[in-house]
Amino acid sequence: MSLMALLISSILVENIILTKFLGLCSFLGVSNQEQGALGMGICVTLVMLLANILCFFLYHYLLLPYDIEYLRTITFILIIASLVQLTEMIIRKYFPKIQALLGIYLPLIATNCAILGAVLLTTLNNYTFTQTLVFTLGSGLGYSLVLYIFSSIREKLNINPILKGFQGTPIALITAGIMSMIFGRFIGG
Amino acid sequence: MKDNFLKGVIKENPIFVLLLGLCPVLAVSTTVENAIVMSLSVLFVLLGSNLMVSLIKNLVPNHIRIPVYILIIATLVTITELVLKAYTPDLYRILGIYIPLIVVNCLVLGRAVGFASKEGVLVSIVDAVGFGLGFMIGIVMLAIFREVLGNNTITIMDNLSKITGYKMVYQLIPNTNIFPVGLLITPAGAFISLGLLSGILKMIQNKRREER
Repeated sequence: MSLMALLISSILVENIILTKFLGLCSFLGVSNQEQGALGMGICVTLVMLLANILCFFLYHYLLLPYDIEYLRTITFILIIASLVQLTEMIIRKYFPKIQALLGIYLPLIATNCAILGAVLLTTLNNYTFTQTLVFTLGSGLGYSLVLYIFSSIREKLNINPILKGFQGTPIALITAGIMSMIFGRFIGG
Repeated sequence: MKDNFLKGVIKENPIFVLLLGLCPVLAVSTTVENAIVMSLSVLFVLLGSNLMVSLIKNLVPNHIRIPVYILIIATLVTITELVLKAYTPDLYRILGIYIPLIVVNCLVLGRAVGFASKEGVLVSIVDAVGFGLGFMIGIVMLAIFREVLGNNTITIMDNLSKITGYKMVYQLIPNTNIFPVGLLITPAGAFISLGLLSGILKMIQNKRREER
């Protein structure tokens, strides 16, 4: 698959939230305000890129040569958790403004399935290093895009009359379903 | 003890009420068989992690609590992965990344931090079984809804039949597909089904509360 096709498909057709169901907790929880959604998207994209680069080298130069591939889940989750801690420390020290904006979202990234999911998908599909970079960038962008669009829709949903039982998450899930239909159609042809 | 058990199954059902750990629920509920195997894996991990966390709760210093719990959970998930890979390679391939993703399932870590790290061993086990069963009921309900309407079948043992020797795949009306709504099998259908089901359940709950 050409790199351009991989980028487009990871942003739109195979969107990490809408077709792989990764990162749903933050999708349903954080996406109430546009500002927060954008910040979360940027954070997740950055951590996802860092995590995937680190995990790529560890997987191909440590786990595979020594035939301890079954340890990948433990290795990946440890790397992601420590990476999130590190990012949080760096941001707190050098970018207090961003910290004030994102404070509560940062620790959430550690248990965000989107990051571990992206890492697992790259190892599953045996991507090369360039493909890994493109795929991760696309996934992160797709995540931010959907989170941002969805937060604007949700702001409108909040002021509209909705059947009582369906208020909140149920209507959010149905909206996500309709978005998923639309995104799946970008396949063309 | 009984309240603890029922809390996880009904009142705080992880899927329909708390909406915890939804990634595998939506991804894997395409057939009843996948849903059952997935929820058994989650039950195993939840049981093991609750048991171990409540056993070592006094030994772990507070500030490294969460990394230790994540390591315990990751070990249990690796065991599950290896067992599935050895006995049902087909299912292992179908469930794919969603088995290792149990590590970051909010339900498992949530019960470890929120319950097992404070309570006794026996209560923690009861809690794990309750929430595991609640998870199973939720995901199997969703799978039945999606498979019956989307494909007009109920698959209970298909890939598993290599181990058990039985094949249990039923059609709603034998040899005919009357109204397959293909949409429900797609990812979009997963979102819509869960939205509809949880909305309807909430409406029933509201009505009951008003009557009381």
